[in-house]
Amino acid sequence: MDFNTNFILGCSAIGAGLAVIAGIGPGVGQGIAAGYAANAVGRNPGAKSDITGTMLLGQAVAETTGLYGLLIAMILIFVKPLAK
Amino acid sequence: MDMGILLSADNEVDFMIHGVFSYSFFGHQVWITTTHVCCLIVLLGIMLFAFLAGRAMKHADDVPTGFQNVVELIVEMLDGMVDGTMGKNGVKFRNYIGSIFIFILVSNLSGLLGLRPPTADYGTTLPLGLLTFTLIFFNKIKYQKVSGFLKGLCDPWVFWAPINVIGDIAVPISISLRLFANILSGTVMMALIYGLLSKIAIIWPAALHVYFDMFSGAIQTYVFCMLTMTYISDAMNTE
Repeated sequence: MDFNTNFILGCSAIGAGLAVIAGIGPGVGQGIAAGYAANAVGRNPGAKSDITGTMLLGQAVAETTGLYGLLIAMILIFVKPLAK
Repeated sequence: MDMGILLSADNEVDFMIHGVFSYSFFGHQVWITTTHVCCLIVLLGIMLFAFLAGRAMKHADDVPTGFQNVVELIVEMLDGMVDGTMGKNGVKFRNYIGSIFIFILVSNLSGLLGLRPPTADYGTTLPLGLLTFTLIFFNKIKYQKVSGFLKGLCDPWVFWAPINVIGDIAVPISISLRLFANILSGTVMMALIYGLLSKIAIIWPAALHVYFDMFSGAIQTYVFCMLTMTYISDAMNTE
Protein backbone atom coordinates (compact mmCIF):
# COMPACT_ATOMS: atom_id res chain seq x y z
CA MET A 1 0.00 0.00 0.00
CA ASP A 2 1.46 3.32 -0.98
CA PHE A 3 1.13 6.57 0.90
CA ASN A 4 -1.92 7.77 -1.04
CA THR A 5 -3.97 4.67 -0.21
CA ASN A 6 -3.12 4.89 3.46
CA PHE A 7 -3.94 8.60 3.49
CA ILE A 8 -7.31 7.95 1.86
CA LEU A 9 -8.06 5.14 4.33
CA GLY A 10 -7.21 7.39 7.28
CA CYS A 11 -9.39 10.19 5.95
CA SER A 12 -12.19 7.65 5.39
CA ALA A 13 -11.96 6.66 9.05
CA ILE A 14 -12.21 10.32 10.09
CA GLY A 15 -15.16 10.76 7.77
CA ALA A 16 -16.84 7.69 9.27
CA GLY A 17 -16.38 9.16 12.73
CA LEU A 18 -17.90 12.42 11.59
CA ALA A 19 -20.80 10.60 9.93
CA VAL A 20 -21.96 8.92 13.12
CA ILE A 21 -22.35 12.35 14.75
CA ALA A 22 -25.74 12.05 13.02
CA GLY A 23 -26.68 9.94 16.04
CA ILE A 24 -27.12 13.08 18.16
CA GLY A 25 -30.34 14.09 16.40
CA PRO A 26 -32.26 10.83 16.84
CA GLY A 27 -31.05 10.64 20.44
CA VAL A 28 -32.57 14.02 21.27
CA GLY A 29 -35.69 13.24 19.25
CA GLN A 30 -36.28 9.86 20.86
CA GLY A 31 -35.74 11.38 24.29
CA ILE A 32 -38.34 14.06 23.63
CA ALA A 33 -40.79 11.43 22.34
CA ALA A 34 -40.23 9.24 25.42
CA GLY A 35 -40.63 12.25 27.71
CA TYR A 36 -43.96 13.23 26.21
CA ALA A 37 -45.08 9.60 26.28
CA ALA A 38 -44.28 9.43 30.01
CA ASN A 39 -46.22 12.67 30.43
CA ALA A 40 -49.19 11.19 28.57
CA VAL A 41 -49.16 7.98 30.63
CA GLY A 42 -49.13 10.12 33.76
CA ARG A 43 -52.26 11.93 32.59
CA ASN A 44 -54.07 8.88 31.29
CA PRO A 45 -52.69 5.59 32.65
CA GLY A 46 -55.51 3.64 30.97
CA ALA A 47 -54.15 4.36 27.48
CA LYS A 48 -50.68 3.05 28.28
CA SER A 49 -50.49 0.38 25.55
CA ASP A 50 -51.69 2.76 22.82
CA ILE A 51 -49.23 5.41 23.92
CA THR A 52 -46.36 2.92 24.00
CA GLY A 53 -47.14 1.71 20.48
CA THR A 54 -47.35 5.23 19.08
CA MET A 55 -44.16 6.23 20.87
CA LEU A 56 -42.20 3.26 19.52
CA LEU A 57 -43.43 3.91 15.98
CA GLY A 58 -42.47 7.58 16.15
CA GLN A 59 -39.09 6.79 17.68
CA ALA A 60 -38.33 4.23 15.00
CA VAL A 61 -39.13 6.77 12.29
CA ALA A 62 -37.00 9.39 14.03
CA GLU A 63 -34.16 6.88 14.21
CA THR A 64 -33.86 6.70 10.41
CA THR A 65 -31.59 9.72 9.96
CA GLY A 66 -29.16 8.34 12.52
CA LEU A 67 -29.14 5.03 10.71
CA TYR A 68 -28.26 6.77 7.45
CA GLY A 69 -25.21 8.22 9.18
CA LEU A 70 -24.32 4.77 10.48
CA LEU A 71 -24.65 3.26 6.99
CA ILE A 72 -22.37 5.93 5.53
CA ALA A 73 -19.81 5.23 8.23
CA MET A 74 -19.96 1.50 7.55
CA ILE A 75 -19.64 1.99 3.80
CA LEU A 76 -16.63 4.28 4.34
CA ILE A 77 -14.88 1.79 6.61
CA PHE A 78 -15.74 -1.60 5.14
CA VAL A 79 -16.48 -1.00 1.46
CA LYS A 80 -13.74 1.67 1.08
CA PRO A 81 -15.28 3.33 -1.99
CA LEU A 82 -12.69 6.14 -2.09
CA ALA A 83 -9.62 3.89 -1.98
CA LYS A 84 -10.41 2.03 -5.19
CA MET B 1 -3.74 -8.35 31.36
CA ASP B 2 -3.00 -5.32 29.26
CA MET B 3 -5.32 -3.94 26.64
CA GLY B 4 -3.15 -5.27 23.85
CA ILE B 5 -3.89 -8.85 24.84
CA LEU B 6 -7.48 -8.07 25.73
CA LEU B 7 -8.23 -6.61 22.33
CA SER B 8 -6.21 -9.11 20.34
CA ALA B 9 -8.28 -10.40 17.47
CA ASP B 10 -7.67 -14.12 17.51
CA ASN B 11 -10.99 -14.58 15.77
CA GLU B 12 -11.44 -12.62 12.61
CA VAL B 13 -14.15 -9.96 12.85
CA ASP B 14 -16.56 -11.41 10.36
CA PHE B 15 -20.00 -10.11 9.54
CA MET B 16 -19.78 -9.88 5.77
CA ILE B 17 -21.87 -11.87 3.34
CA HIS B 18 -19.86 -14.75 1.89
CA GLY B 19 -20.36 -16.53 -1.37
CA VAL B 20 -20.98 -20.26 -0.94
CA PHE B 21 -20.66 -21.27 -4.58
CA SER B 22 -21.27 -19.67 -7.93
CA TYR B 23 -22.82 -20.91 -11.13
CA SER B 24 -23.19 -19.56 -14.61
CA PHE B 25 -26.64 -18.24 -15.48
CA PHE B 26 -26.88 -17.35 -19.19
CA GLY B 27 -23.29 -16.17 -19.13
CA HIS B 28 -23.61 -14.24 -15.87
CA GLN B 29 -21.79 -15.42 -12.81
CA VAL B 30 -24.37 -15.73 -10.04
CA TRP B 31 -23.36 -16.34 -6.44
CA ILE B 32 -25.29 -18.30 -3.87
CA THR B 33 -24.47 -16.45 -0.65
CA THR B 34 -24.91 -16.99 3.07
CA THR B 35 -28.05 -14.85 2.83
CA HIS B 36 -29.68 -17.39 0.51
CA VAL B 37 -28.71 -20.27 2.78
CA CYS B 38 -29.95 -18.55 5.96
CA CYS B 39 -33.13 -17.42 4.19
CA LEU B 40 -33.76 -21.01 3.12
CA ILE B 41 -33.23 -22.29 6.68
CA VAL B 42 -35.62 -19.64 8.03
CA LEU B 43 -38.22 -20.48 5.41
CA LEU B 44 -37.89 -24.21 6.09
CA GLY B 45 -38.46 -23.51 9.78
CA ILE B 46 -41.54 -21.42 9.04
CA MET B 47 -42.87 -24.03 6.61
CA LEU B 48 -42.40 -26.80 9.14
CA PHE B 49 -44.29 -24.76 11.73
CA ALA B 50 -47.02 -23.97 9.20
CA PHE B 51 -47.34 -27.64 8.27
CA LEU B 52 -47.63 -28.69 11.92
CA ALA B 53 -50.08 -25.84 12.59
CA GLY B 54 -52.21 -26.85 9.62
CA ARG B 55 -52.28 -30.45 10.80
CA ALA B 56 -53.20 -29.37 14.33
CA MET B 57 -56.02 -27.14 13.07
CA LYS B 58 -57.45 -29.87 10.83
CA HIS B 59 -58.76 -31.80 13.80
CA ALA B 60 -59.16 -28.82 16.09
CA ASP B 61 -61.12 -29.11 19.32
CA ASP B 62 -63.67 -26.63 20.61
CA VAL B 63 -61.58 -26.25 23.73
CA PRO B 64 -58.05 -25.58 22.42
CA THR B 65 -55.16 -27.31 24.11
CA GLY B 66 -51.41 -27.18 23.76
CA PHE B 67 -50.15 -26.46 20.26
CA GLN B 68 -53.56 -25.38 18.95
CA ASN B 69 -53.59 -22.72 21.66
CA VAL B 70 -50.28 -21.31 20.48
CA VAL B 71 -51.35 -21.21 16.84
CA GLU B 72 -54.66 -19.51 17.67
CA LEU B 73 -52.85 -16.99 19.85
CA ILE B 74 -50.45 -16.04 17.03
CA VAL B 75 -53.20 -15.74 14.42
CA GLU B 76 -55.45 -13.73 16.73
CA MET B 77 -52.60 -11.38 17.62
CA LEU B 78 -51.70 -10.73 13.97
CA ASP B 79 -55.33 -10.30 12.90
CA GLY B 80 -55.98 -7.97 15.83
CA MET B 81 -52.96 -5.86 14.89
CA VAL B 82 -54.07 -5.55 11.26
CA ASP B 83 -57.70 -4.81 12.13
CA GLY B 84 -56.73 -2.30 14.79
CA THR B 85 -54.62 -0.31 12.34
CA MET B 86 -56.51 -0.61 9.07
CA GLY B 87 -60.07 -0.82 10.33
CA LYS B 88 -62.63 -2.31 7.96
CA ASN B 89 -60.14 -2.50 5.09
CA GLY B 90 -57.90 -4.77 7.11
CA VAL B 91 -59.52 -8.10 6.27
CA LYS B 92 -57.94 -8.27 2.81
CA PHE B 93 -54.46 -7.57 4.12
CA ARG B 94 -54.39 -10.03 7.02
CA ASN B 95 -52.61 -12.67 4.96
CA TYR B 96 -49.94 -10.40 3.54
CA ILE B 97 -49.14 -8.50 6.74
CA GLY B 98 -49.17 -11.70 8.79
CA SER B 99 -46.78 -13.39 6.37
CA ILE B 100 -44.23 -10.59 6.25
CA PHE B 101 -44.51 -10.15 10.04
CA ILE B 102 -43.66 -13.79 10.67
CA PHE B 103 -40.91 -13.83 8.03
CA ILE B 104 -39.18 -10.66 9.26
CA LEU B 105 -39.52 -11.64 12.92
CA VAL B 106 -38.05 -15.11 12.43
CA SER B 107 -35.32 -13.67 10.19
CA ASN B 108 -34.34 -11.12 12.83
CA LEU B 109 -34.41 -13.71 15.60
CA SER B 110 -32.32 -16.16 13.57
CA GLY B 111 -29.24 -14.22 14.71
CA LEU B 112 -29.71 -16.01 18.04
CA LEU B 113 -29.12 -19.36 16.35
CA GLY B 114 -25.81 -18.25 14.88
CA LEU B 115 -27.17 -17.60 11.43
CA ARG B 116 -26.47 -14.32 9.69
CA PRO B 117 -29.95 -12.70 9.69
CA PRO B 118 -31.25 -12.60 6.09
CA THR B 119 -32.66 -9.14 6.81
CA ALA B 120 -29.10 -7.84 7.36
CA ASP B 121 -28.73 -7.94 3.57
CA TYR B 122 -30.14 -5.10 1.51
CA GLY B 123 -31.08 -7.67 -1.13
CA THR B 124 -33.74 -9.01 1.25
CA THR B 125 -35.16 -5.78 2.62
CA LEU B 126 -35.34 -3.85 -0.67
CA PRO B 127 -37.80 -6.38 -2.20
CA LEU B 128 -39.90 -6.09 0.96
CA GLY B 129 -39.90 -2.31 0.57
CA LEU B 130 -40.74 -2.60 -3.13
CA LEU B 131 -43.67 -4.91 -2.29
CA THR B 132 -44.97 -2.21 0.05
CA PHE B 133 -44.45 0.41 -2.67
CA THR B 134 -46.31 -1.73 -5.23
CA LEU B 135 -49.22 -2.23 -2.84
CA ILE B 136 -49.41 1.50 -2.11
CA PHE B 137 -49.36 2.39 -5.81
CA PHE B 138 -51.86 -0.33 -6.75
CA ASN B 139 -54.34 0.63 -4.04
CA LYS B 140 -54.00 4.31 -4.83
CA ILE B 141 -54.93 3.68 -8.46
CA LYS B 142 -57.67 1.23 -7.48
CA TYR B 143 -59.43 3.35 -4.88
CA GLN B 144 -58.67 6.94 -5.91
CA LYS B 145 -58.67 6.25 -9.70
CA VAL B 146 -56.13 7.90 -11.98
CA SER B 147 -57.71 11.34 -11.55
CA GLY B 148 -57.46 11.18 -7.76
CA PHE B 149 -53.89 9.93 -8.06
CA LEU B 150 -52.90 12.86 -10.29
CA LYS B 151 -54.73 15.27 -8.00
CA GLY B 152 -52.82 13.94 -5.01
CA LEU B 153 -49.59 14.31 -6.97
CA CYS B 154 -50.14 18.04 -7.56
CA ASP B 155 -51.45 18.48 -4.05
CA PRO B 156 -50.96 22.10 -3.03
CA TRP B 157 -49.89 23.30 -6.43
CA VAL B 158 -48.95 21.88 -9.85
CA PHE B 159 -45.27 22.73 -9.54
CA TRP B 160 -45.14 20.76 -6.30
CA ALA B 161 -45.37 17.49 -8.28
CA PRO B 162 -41.61 16.72 -8.40
CA ILE B 163 -41.41 17.01 -4.62
CA ASN B 164 -44.37 14.65 -4.24
CA VAL B 165 -42.81 12.16 -6.66
CA ILE B 166 -39.57 12.21 -4.66
CA GLY B 167 -41.59 11.75 -1.48
CA ASP B 168 -43.36 8.73 -2.96
CA ILE B 169 -40.12 7.15 -4.17
CA ALA B 170 -38.46 7.73 -0.79
CA VAL B 171 -40.99 5.48 0.95
CA PRO B 172 -39.62 2.06 -0.11
CA ILE B 173 -36.02 3.26 0.28
CA SER B 174 -36.48 4.59 3.80
CA ILE B 175 -38.65 1.69 4.95
CA SER B 176 -36.16 -0.91 3.71
CA LEU B 177 -33.03 0.95 4.85
CA ARG B 178 -34.48 1.30 8.35
CA LEU B 179 -34.93 -2.45 8.76
CA PHE B 180 -31.61 -3.23 7.05
CA ALA B 181 -29.51 -0.77 9.06
CA ASN B 182 -31.00 -1.76 12.40
CA ILE B 183 -30.37 -5.46 11.93
CA LEU B 184 -26.96 -4.85 10.33
CA SER B 185 -25.86 -2.67 13.24
CA GLY B 186 -26.80 -5.45 15.66
CA THR B 187 -24.94 -8.02 13.58
CA VAL B 188 -21.83 -5.83 13.33
CA MET B 189 -21.89 -5.08 17.05
CA MET B 190 -22.10 -8.76 18.01
CA ALA B 191 -19.39 -9.66 15.48
CA LEU B 192 -17.10 -6.98 16.94
CA ILE B 193 -17.68 -8.24 20.47
CA TYR B 194 -17.07 -11.87 19.60
CA GLY B 195 -14.14 -11.04 17.36
CA LEU B 196 -12.24 -8.41 19.36
CA LEU B 197 -13.21 -9.30 22.93
CA SER B 198 -13.19 -13.05 22.41
CA LYS B 199 -11.06 -13.59 25.54
CA ILE B 200 -13.67 -12.14 27.90
CA ALA B 201 -16.85 -12.67 25.91
CA ILE B 202 -18.11 -15.52 28.08
CA ILE B 203 -21.70 -15.06 29.30
CA TRP B 204 -22.46 -11.35 29.33
CA PRO B 205 -22.94 -11.06 25.51
CA ALA B 206 -26.26 -12.84 26.13
CA ALA B 207 -27.65 -9.55 27.49
CA LEU B 208 -26.58 -7.79 24.28
CA HIS B 209 -28.20 -10.54 22.24
CA VAL B 210 -31.45 -9.84 24.08
CA TYR B 211 -31.22 -6.17 23.07
CA PHE B 212 -29.78 -6.33 19.55
CA ASP B 213 -31.46 -9.48 18.29
CA MET B 214 -34.69 -9.80 20.24
CA PHE B 215 -35.75 -6.28 21.29
CA SER B 216 -34.46 -4.44 18.24
CA GLY B 217 -35.61 -7.17 15.88
CA ALA B 218 -39.12 -7.32 17.31
CA ILE B 219 -39.48 -3.52 17.33
CA GLN B 220 -38.30 -3.21 13.74
CA THR B 221 -40.65 -5.98 12.63
CA TYR B 222 -43.55 -4.18 14.30
CA VAL B 223 -42.51 -0.85 12.80
CA PHE B 224 -42.14 -2.26 9.28
CA CYS B 225 -45.60 -3.83 9.39
CA MET B 226 -47.19 -0.77 11.03
CA LEU B 227 -45.72 1.60 8.43
CA THR B 228 -46.79 -0.68 5.58
CA MET B 229 -50.33 -0.78 6.96
CA THR B 230 -50.43 2.97 7.56
CA TYR B 231 -49.24 3.78 4.03
CA ILE B 232 -51.68 1.31 2.46
CA SER B 233 -54.68 2.60 4.41
CA ASP B 234 -53.61 6.13 3.51
CA ALA B 235 -53.65 5.12 -0.14
CA MET B 236 -57.10 3.55 0.24
CA ASN B 237 -58.48 6.69 1.81
CA THR B 238 -61.21 7.83 -0.59
CA GLU B 239 -62.79 11.14 0.05
